[in-house]
Amino acid sequence: MKAVKIIAIVLLVAFVGIQFMPVERNQSDGVPKTDFMLVNDVPSDIKNKLQVSCYDCHSNNTQYPWYNKVQPVAWFLEGHIKEGKAELNFNEWDSLSSRRKASKLRSIIKQIESGEMPMDSYTLIHKEAAFSEEEIQQVIKYMENLKDSL
Amino acid sequence: MKNLKKNIALMLLLAVSFTNAQHGHNHDHDHDKMEKKSMNNDGMEHSKMMNKNSDAKAEAILLDYFNLKEALVSDDSKTAAEAGTKMATSLKAFDKSKYKVEEQKELADIIEDATEHAEHIAKSDIGHQREHFKTLSKDISDMVAITGAKSTLYEQFCPMYDGGGSWLSTNKEVKNPYYGNKMLTCGKVKRTIN
Repeated sequence: MKAVKIIAIVLLVAFVGIQFMPVERNQSDGVPKTDFMLVNDVPSDIKNKLQVSCYDCHSNNTQYPWYNKVQPVAWFLEGHIKEGKAELNFNEWDSLSSRRKASKLRSIIKQIESGEMPMDSYTLIHKEAAFSEEEIQQVIKYMENLKDSL
Repeated sequence: MKNLKKNIALMLLLAVSFTNAQHGHNHDHDHDKMEKKSMNNDGMEHSKMMNKNSDAKAEAILLDYFNLKEALVSDDSKTAAEAGTKMATSLKAFDKSKYKVEEQKELADIIEDATEHAEHIAKSDIGHQREHFKTLSKDISDMVAITGAKSTLYEQFCPMYDGGGSWLSTNKEVKNPYYGNKMLTCGKVKRTIN
């Protein structure tokens, strides 16, 4: 019994301790001119969907709910954001060449179509980020048109 | 009681050093480069004459590309991944300096795009590998339009894959990298290069 108590105390102390570890927050002021929404004429419902479902990990600004500021969740999230931005950063869209844009659009379409994005671990908590069947079709159609217009 | 304190201190130290180590590790990925700026090349023409004095670095890229294609034809995801890794390396080693300024711009764009696809192929399952191979094939075919190639190449086309997918081959005979064994001979020669 004593051992259990000790372990509990140790874990608690460790949990409190790691809260003081520094974390990089993915946050910046303003939106660059190269942002996807600024250079494309995006209908408002699609704009809203992309903002809610994609921009947390694919832009320079993450909306952090309180639980994402708690360790070790914050570390987990930090890794995903870094990876996500390396793949695609909507804020820097217009700095890509036509070839690169077409490539990215193809990947966006495939990822949404197959349900790989947004990730399950993300939509589990962010229910509003999940795509309905109708939203999938709507966003894909928009992206297809954009790709054809390049 | 003294022991308990010591234990807690030790655990905390361990936790801190562990997370520090993890943190450091994360930073290794920092130079996973972000998108580099490259110019729009819509107006670019591909009408350049084929260059028979082939470029050894471009040939190295082509060799890896054909190995990758063969792996996909044989439904061999592991070998395809290895070919993807090799191809990413040979793409990065490409030297565009001997080309004209506007060609350099397009080549840089092609190489950057192709590298990303090769890197994805290195770490994906076969379905994804084939998706990336489709765009990669377009990149490589655009590269060859500028660099030329030592041997005669055949651009082949399968209308069934994802609204139609092309690839390059050194052999006239069609072996489909998008379907492998499932539909090995689906497709036709669309164009002979050189």
